[in-house]
Amino acid sequence: MSIDSMFVHKMWNEDELEKMVDGGVPFPMLSDAGGKVGKVYGVFDENAGVEARGRFIIDPDGVVQGYEVLTPPVGRNVNETFRQVQAFQLVRETKGAEATPSGWKPGKKTLKPGINLVGKVWKEWTTDMAFDE
Amino acid sequence: MAEKVAAGCARPTGGPVGEEVHEETEQKQNTVKEERSMIMVGQKAPDFTAPGYQKGEFVNIKLSDYLGKWVLLCFYPGDFTFV
Repeated sequence: MSIDSMFVHKMWNEDELEKMVDGGVPFPMLSDAGGKVGKVYGVFDENAGVEARGRFIIDPDGVVQGYEVLTPPVGRNVNETFRQVQAFQLVRETKGAEATPSGWKPGKKTLKPGINLVGKVWKEWTTDMAFDE
Repeated sequence: MAEKVAAGCARPTGGPVGEEVHEETEQKQNTVKEERSMIMVGQKAPDFTAPGYQKGEFVNIKLSDYLGKWVLLCFYPGDFTFV
């Protein structure tokens, strides 16, 4: 979503994005003229008249589980976004019985919060697990 | 005469030229304050509708139509902004 019109979205997709992605962008490219939606989400820059690089993860109940906002010159890390979505999906599937510690990614150990884990995280999780191998 | 502008990721914008009317500025600041709301994690995402473009067609999208699915909502400064 950006303040550009859907006409500009069409031209950007056809002139440039289709050359990067086979078949072009598959998801909807939304138009937010005047930044009305961006204001509500807190990403509209009144002075520049444009929206920052905001990214919101919204779950199947319509609840915001996480967000990230960057200024224009730095691009996102899509892998990190996917990792967060996979983590939120795991938590949801286990109905909160499992939680994903720092550095978790699919295949890595989860934690089971509860009275027996209090003060015992050091036995289950070490700082090297916060980083990729 | 026209002044050359370097193309960056943040789009240059213009505005009215001349002395600012003080009263108006104050009013504007108040409005901005009211409009700014912070999104909270764990709270409902504000619903909206927006026109858009998808796979060769112009579409109208409503966020709440996607209930039951995971949604990634991404904002960006503008088409053709490099990164």
